[in-house]
Amino acid sequence: MGVLSWILTNFWALLVVALAGVVGSRIAWRVRKYGATREEFSYVLRRSPFYLVVLTFCFFAIAPFLIMFLHTFKTDGDLYRRPQPFVFRQEPTIEHLDALFNNTAYLDFIRNSIVVGVAVVIITLVLSLPAAYALARLTGRWGERAGILMFLVYLVPPTLLFIPMFRIVVLLGLKDSPMSLIVVYPSFTVPFSMWLLQGFFKAVPPELEEAALVDGYNRVGAFLRVVLPLSLPGIISTVVFTFTLTLHEFIYGLVFIANTSQRTLSVGVPTELILGDVYFWQPLLAAALIIAIPVGLAYNLFLDSLVQGFTMGAVKG
Amino acid sequence: MPSLRHPFDNQRLVGTLFLAPALLYIVLIVGFPFLLAIAFGFSDVTVGNTELNFVGLRNFEAVWDNAIFRQVFETTIRFTLISQVFILLFANILAIIFTQDFTGKWFARFIFILPWATPVSLAMIGWLWMLDTKYSPIDYLLLQTGFLGRGGILSDDRNLFWLASPDLAQISVIFVQVWRMTPLATVILMAGLSSIPTDILDQAEVDGSRFMRTLLLIKLPLILPIMVIALLFSMITMFGDMTVVYVLTRGGPVDYTRVLGLYSFQVGIEGGNLAQGAAISLFAFPLLLAMAIFMLRTASRAEVR
Repeated sequence: MGVLSWILTNFWALLVVALAGVVGSRIAWRVRKYGATREEFSYVLRRSPFYLVVLTFCFFAIAPFLIMFLHTFKTDGDLYRRPQPFVFRQEPTIEHLDALFNNTAYLDFIRNSIVVGVAVVIITLVLSLPAAYALARLTGRWGERAGILMFLVYLVPPTLLFIPMFRIVVLLGLKDSPMSLIVVYPSFTVPFSMWLLQGFFKAVPPELEEAALVDGYNRVGAFLRVVLPLSLPGIISTVVFTFTLTLHEFIYGLVFIANTSQRTLSVGVPTELILGDVYFWQPLLAAALIIAIPVGLAYNLFLDSLVQGFTMGAVKG
Repeated sequence: MPSLRHPFDNQRLVGTLFLAPALLYIVLIVGFPFLLAIAFGFSDVTVGNTELNFVGLRNFEAVWDNAIFRQVFETTIRFTLISQVFILLFANILAIIFTQDFTGKWFARFIFILPWATPVSLAMIGWLWMLDTKYSPIDYLLLQTGFLGRGGILSDDRNLFWLASPDLAQISVIFVQVWRMTPLATVILMAGLSSIPTDILDQAEVDGSRFMRTLLLIKLPLILPIMVIALLFSMITMFGDMTVVYVLTRGGPVDYTRVLGLYSFQVGIEGGNLAQGAAISLFAFPLLLAMAIFMLRTASRAEVR
């Protein structure tokens, strides 16, 4: 707590120091490499508007997350009496984090989200791995049409379907159970991952499969032994994005499940941690931030591969 | 030895077998509810009454004659169109930035992607606080810089009441939509920019084309179809969204930020009138279909070129 408390109370100073340190060391590095010449000086000058634009965008993107971070550790007195949102006037505290994990259903939400996410990912892979391969390589004209149909299905928003789906969920006796989400979520994850996987499969050189066929594998064998292992990075990124799609989903989760302990993160946090008009702001903001950071990191890690799959998926095979 | 061929050697058969389960599942889980939505729209079904009695166009007429619905429909279209202007503008700038190399790119990209990566409903909690009636950090900054408070330029009050005044609530919702959807459009545009063949760009450089010239005369025309796709993608996403307004305003103040998805939820689920809720959301369908078809045509024309 000592270190954290020191970081929090000196947050803005530390941020400025860190930024200055990065900029300074970068300039020092250039000067050591190219010398402190006039050209070098004008290069830095020419380049700085670019970084200013980047910093401005970053500021807008991260502002609510910075506030979430700082507010997680504020005492009630510091938060509500004479608003001063950017600095700590009272010693930072972790009591709200403690309350979030011990006095609320937050851990239940996390567990439900993971159960739903993992189950949906498995169903999605089983259905879309072979289907995407068929679209990429095996079927001609009608496969292409099926691919377009899938794409159209992905564009159908949940707001169009949640009412009849709600009725179906009730009829199946799945209301208030995460099973309802496991059944329904593939309706958007399967089209999404088919589109993405198709792109990754197209990127595998066809000669390798033909070689496998010559070696005596049949089509299924070539798919399992050659194409799947070669597309593993793409498959992993599909898994990551499929999982986060299930984390994001809100409407079905809100409509299908009414009891607190069965709700998922995206629904549970904004509905259950607010009691009527009473907002427990620090736990609320902390609950959002704790999910945002790992998902953001995962997105950043797999973004290049998403871009690649998206581009390849749009190219005719 | 054709007689010894394994059935799995038949490309067409394997293709059909591979595609069938996914197609079947999607038809069941999307096609069936969709037909049911249409059936609901023509019936008098409620949460309590499960019988489907055919009532013709009554629901659609009732919805269309409802002044609130008209306003909701108009608001949805207005929000969607206005935010696209900003999303496209920012996404273009950001896509150009992030297809270049620069110091700190990894970290900058992590930050810029956060609004999109965070589950919408959770990110909205952050904005709910940012736009809070009393404690808004934005208001605090404006207060400190003299824009608010006694004699302030914007208001004599200490707060702007972001989500409580009609104009500001609408502006807030549009701003937040732009904030969260810009990264998605950016990523689609990045895919477009990175798929431009490098020999074209090399040739431009050999010919002495400067950065802005290359950008305006070569890159932008080449990614124009992708830009249309990005635009329609975020339009369709936003048109069908209800999460942002559900968490931020619940459609208020009065009806000023009520959008189609939220209205259909409030009538169909909260109000228990499934039939009318279904009819409300079905009004979005022709528009969505038109956008999707336009998008596909643009995409296929881009491939032909």
